[in-house]
This record gives sequence, structure tokens and C-alpha cells, in this order.
Amino acid sequence: MIKIENLSKSFGDLHVLNNVAMHVNVGENLVVFGKSGTGKSVLLKCLVGLLRPDKGSIFVNDENVIEYSKKKLNNFRKNLGFLFQGAALYDSMSVRENLEFPLKRNFDFTQNEIDLKVENTLELVGLSEAVDKMPSELSGGMRKRIGLARSIITEPALMLYDEPTTGLDPITAKEISVLILNLQKKLKMTSIVVTHDLLCAEIIADRAIMLNDAKIVFEGTIEEMTNSQDRFLQNFFSHEVFNE
Amino acid sequence: MNLPQIKYSKNPSRSEKLYTFFANISGLTLFNVEFLKQSIAPPYEISQVKKHMIELGVKTFPIVSIMGFILGFVLALQSYPVLERFGATDYLPPTVSLSVIRELGPVLTAIIFAGRVSSGIGAELSSMRVTEQIDAMEVSAINPFKYLVVTRVIATTMILPILTIYVIFIALIGGFIAITFSESMSFIYYNNSVISAITFGDFIPGMAKTFLFGYIVGIVGAYKGYTANGGTEGVGRASTTAVVMSSLLILISDMVLVKITVWLWPSIG
Repeated sequence: MIKIENLSKSFGDLHVLNNVAMHVNVGENLVVFGKSGTGKSVLLKCLVGLLRPDKGSIFVNDENVIEYSKKKLNNFRKNLGFLFQGAALYDSMSVRENLEFPLKRNFDFTQNEIDLKVENTLELVGLSEAVDKMPSELSGGMRKRIGLARSIITEPALMLYDEPTTGLDPITAKEISVLILNLQKKLKMTSIVVTHDLLCAEIIADRAIMLNDAKIVFEGTIEEMTNSQDRFLQNFFSHEVFNE
Repeated sequence: MNLPQIKYSKNPSRSEKLYTFFANISGLTLFNVEFLKQSIAPPYEISQVKKHMIELGVKTFPIVSIMGFILGFVLALQSYPVLERFGATDYLPPTVSLSVIRELGPVLTAIIFAGRVSSGIGAELSSMRVTEQIDAMEVSAINPFKYLVVTRVIATTMILPILTIYVIFIALIGGFIAITFSESMSFIYYNNSVISAITFGDFIPGMAKTFLFGYIVGIVGAYKGYTANGGTEGVGRASTTAVVMSSLLILISDMVLVKITVWLWPSIG
């Protein structure tokens, strides 16, 4: 479904992505690991057209996203969901308005259909009672769940997660990871998850890649990755301190 | 829209300051062009414009009421001794009304409006930028520039003239109350003096420039907020620089507009 070829992105002298090539199969959960600042979020932002890569191609269903016109890019975006690191809920809108917003703007649903979708999606993420709350009244975990609900309410074919469990306690992080897996199974979405959280990856991932020094240094299952003899991978997943 | 990247450092060198200055000018110019392009293309987001007009009007109403009253009151108090020296206290109502209508009402309302609204828009949009709410909107296939910027700029452009008319009215009442402290003058006499002193030519240039001032307040606040970077520090910087830049641009454009008005219609000057 998604094929990335020779993708490069720099910010001034800083090369964040350098000839990155990867693919994601339909219905697959791909986890992207990497140290902070190795370009994981930049990869997602290039994929959705928020950042323009310096070089390379991103094929989605054999069409290059980078060459999309504005109209075509918007049509592509209507069919994807993006959970931002801080959930990015619209502060001035209630939970209900946050969820209604993409539906009212991009689709021709009746108010009854919208109400039903909001109700069902909040039930899926287990937060039906929060419907009339404002984002400022929600905890970190609740914000993530509502952000997730807003992303999946349009039933996208592709879902992107930017560090979905960062900043959450271990129990809530696990709950969010399980929720992501359940939603993926239920809605049959293709997902790319950027994370540092090994537990989250173990729950979600069908396959994982590791980014380091602007390149993909490993690709395989989580088990293969954690059992690798590679010094960098051992250092990344170990609780011990290694001297490079 | 590719705007020049501005990175702020704690102790900028002279060349960095110069770069920031020119990057702001070119960035603001490109931002204006984008606004013009997007404001003429549908959808027009009329409900959002109305919502912002009501919000901004209500938010600014108390402060401009106080400012308007004090403006008229102080102007009358200050002018009275001077006019009394020449035995021309009858000219007090025209003096107050002409000063307020031609210059002080529009400019001071715009400055107060800039302080209240430009900083508000700057802070709101910059906090949306740093918390990725603008990116979220874009990823949801919603045009954030149209939804957040165009609607606010149109709202500020439309609401400032209305606020200015209100301020002028309040200032004239303030002026009348101040005059009654010094001498007995009936409201009818005051009202007639004011009306007979004002011509169409006094009113139109003053009101016309408020549209430009309103536009400046909106576009500068939106530009600073929309292009903010640098986390929470960037939010503070966006709101502060929005006020400074919009106030300065209001004063500069006022100077230019007054000069143009005097040049085109010498009788008004």
C-alpha cells in the first residue's frame, strides 16, 4: 500500500532523513523506532504532506503523494487519521465539537448520523461520559483517547500515530496500546506507529524498523530486533548503560 | 505558502537582527498576498466571521468605552483654558468633536484594539501552532489559513469601524460632561454645535482609515501567531510582537493617510 523510496529531508545542515526506503503492507501495523531527533516524526509529516521532502518518492496505492495537487492531497488526507504526540485537540471546542469537526467539514452526513458516529466512536475509546467536556478538563490519557477518537471517526484506511504513549503512566500507556490494536483489528486499518515504547510496540507491531543517523538500520519483527546482536539495538533496548 | 524561517536567539548578532527585520517584511507581504488569494475563493466561512466579530466586539467593548469617555472628557478639560483665554469657549464643542472624529477617535481606538485583539489573535494562533492544532487541521483536509486567519482578519476589518463610531459617540458625551463642570451649556446647544461643525469630509477620511487599521490589527496578529515557533516562549513572543508591530504600522499608515488626505482634499486638512 505504501512504498517510500530514497526519501531525504534536511533542515539546514542537519540531515534528518537520508535515502530512506521502506514499505507498509495493507492492514499491517508497522512500528518505527529511533532515538529522539532521528526523523521519525519528520517521516510521518512527509507522508501526509505537512513537510516537503528534499528528495525521494512516497507511493500510496502506486500514486506519488509528493506530486499530488492540493485537491488530491486533501482527498488523500480525508482517508487518513493522525494521532499527534500531544493529541492536538482543538482547545476552543468541546469533545463533541472536536469529533464533529472533520465530519461536518469534509462529509455530507446529517446531524443524526454525526451524533450517532460521535456516540459510537466515544464508546469505542471508552469515554462516552466526556462528550461535553472541554480539552482542558481532560487528563493526558483521556486527551490521547479523544485524539484517537477524532482520528478514527472518519474510518480512515491509513492511521498514523506519533508517539501515542509518550508522557503516560505505564498502565494508561498499556491501555492505549491495547486500544490501538483493537481498533486496528475492528476497523482493518493500515497503521504506522512512531514510538520509543517497547511494550507498546510488542502489543501493536506486526513489523518494526529502526531509524538511526537518518537511515533505517534494522527491519524485522520485534523479537528479531530485541534479540539482535547489533550493538546499537542492544543499547537501545537494554536497561544497562553501554559505552559506545 | 513558503514563508522565510525566522529563528530567534537570546543575543542576536547585528546580521541576525537585520535578517529578522527583512524576513518579517517579506513574510508579512507574502502573508498578505495569501490572504487576498484565499479571501476571494469560496467557501466564505460567514458564520465564523460573524462569531469572531461578536467575540472581538464584546471583548473590546468595556475598554474602548472607558477610553472613549476619558478621551472626550480630558480633551474638553484641556482645551477649555486655552479657548477661554481667547474668549472662544463657544468653539469648545467643535474642537472636541473635530479632534475626536478626524484623528483621536480612530487612532486611539485602533491602538487599544491592537493591544487587546492583535495580541489575543497572536497568542491564540501561536498556541495552536506549537501544540500542533494547526497541523491537525491541515491533516484533516481542512484549510487552516482560511478557517483561522481569513475569518479573523475580515472580522477585525469589519468590527473596528463600528467600535470607532461608538467611541466617538462616547467621547462626545465625555466632552459634554467635562464642559458642564466649567460652564453651563445645555446638551441641545452642545449637540447643535457639534453637528453644525462636522462636515461629510471630516467624517469619511477618519472612518475610511479604520478599515485599514482593523485589517492591520488582524493580519499582523494572525501572521505572528500562525508563523510562531519555539514552544511556549514563541507564544509569548508572538503576542508581544503582534502588539508592537501592529501599533507601529497603525501610526505609520495614519501619518501616510493624513498626508494623502490633505494632498487630495486641501479643504479638509
